Amino acid sequence: MNWVVANADRLGDLLWQHTWISAIAIGLGFVLALVVGWSAYILRSSHRKAVRQLSGVIISASSLLYTVPSLPLFVILPTILGLGWLNPLNVLIALVIYAFALMVRGVVDALHAVPDTVRDSSIACGFNKLQLGLYVMLPLAAPVMLATLRVVSVSTVSLLSIGALIGVENLGSLFTNGFNRNFPTEIITGVVLTIALALLFDLVLLMAGRVLMPWQSALRAAGES
Amino acid sequence: MIEFRSVGKQFADGTRALADFSLTIPSHSTTVLVGPSGCGKTTLLRSINRMEDPTEGQILIDDHDIARRDPIQLRRSIGYVMQHAGLLPHRRVIDNVATQLRLNGVPKAEARRRSSEMLETVGLGSSLHRKYPSQLSGGQQQRVGVARALVHDPNILLMDEPFSAVDPIVRAELRDELLRLQQELKKTIVFVTHDIEEAFALGDQVVVLKTGGEIAQVGSPVDLLARPAEAFVEEFIGLQQGGRRLRVQDAYGRRIVVDEHGRPAGVLE
Repeated sequence: MNWVVANADRLGDLLWQHTWISAIAIGLGFVLALVVGWSAYILRSSHRKAVRQLSGVIISASSLLYTVPSLPLFVILPTILGLGWLNPLNVLIALVIYAFALMVRGVVDALHAVPDTVRDSSIACGFNKLQLGLYVMLPLAAPVMLATLRVVSVSTVSLLSIGALIGVENLGSLFTNGFNRNFPTEIITGVVLTIALALLFDLVLLMAGRVLMPWQSALRAAGES
Repeated sequence: MIEFRSVGKQFADGTRALADFSLTIPSHSTTVLVGPSGCGKTTLLRSINRMEDPTEGQILIDDHDIARRDPIQLRRSIGYVMQHAGLLPHRRVIDNVATQLRLNGVPKAEARRRSSEMLETVGLGSSLHRKYPSQLSGGQQQRVGVARALVHDPNILLMDEPFSAVDPIVRAELRDELLRLQQELKKTIVFVTHDIEEAFALGDQVVVLKTGGEIAQVGSPVDLLARPAEAFVEEFIGLQQGGRRLRVQDAYGRRIVVDEHGRPAGVLE
């Protein structure tokens, strides 16, 4: 405990660094996935077979990005991007790629999960395409999107730790440092803070869902009765 | 008046739903399209608000070809009720009803006021207005669907098997309710069903369709019963199963109506 108190400033810096990189990566990854996933969803309902296949290719290719091992990507990106080794942007971009890869299929599935009857009757009411997307599809796909986003969020927070291996400072630095110095207190502190941060992100998302989708609790209650 | 002129419809995959279909639907009355599944009745209904566009022929509303109208604007001027109410689960009942008013640019406060009145008209009290659709029963949801389709006072009301997903008692209630509303409102209603009882109960004009969208007969329920045009119609309206061939028997000094199997159907006054 003494060590934690004595190093509170540094821990605070690392925690802050970890928080903002994760938050931006999750946010950007989500927005990118929303754009690409929604496009794939539109292409999938085309009456031309080649276009429908293109949609499948986009979804598979995006998801495949997740299989690129993280450590090599962290090492290669600085070379490709030419940003210099210690620039946190390298890690940020890598995390955006992973968040995006995990999220794309979630977006497509979420849009497909919107009941056809609701979509159909909304068109009959006279929603135009933009209104249909904004006021019907997006809010109704949101619960499934949120479920995937929670997975992405936890995964991003933990994945960022690996960035410490290439020298980008974050909570993962406490593991690398602790191992080098054979100092368990520092490692445990790192583990605890990382888990706490992941839980905090999850809680924020959960609460945002409750506030933005009050109708969901009505739906759940109706399902139980 | 809605007029189909030699309308044909072939889907992109080559299936033909309709060929050379012509029909006039008079204003301020109820026309029921009835037929077995695959007879194209839903396609006909959906082509009136351009959810489907015919590949041949024309559809005219009050002598104007709807192919020249913007589909979005056309849909906003028509009421539509479908089998599953298709309400927006994330919006409260009152806002669901207000949908078409809001799309037509009516300010929110006024839209809510009018929606509230319309909900009362279809028999849903104010305690339900702030609820979400999932908190209502199937019959109540269908009433909300009807309120939503009528709130902007459209001339035309399209109904696609609107009562077939609710239980028989609620179905009869909703049917009576619709008859009462129609007496008051005098809309041009086009109603699709596969249930001949429903067609006879609601239709001023009943259109019996065969597979492929071919018209077997058009007429009032009395026309169909008294002068069925062909065997298909006789069978479809139940004249051949005995349920509609009624006889009178005397019992205890009163005249009892029985069906072909001798089962009592009612009393003759």
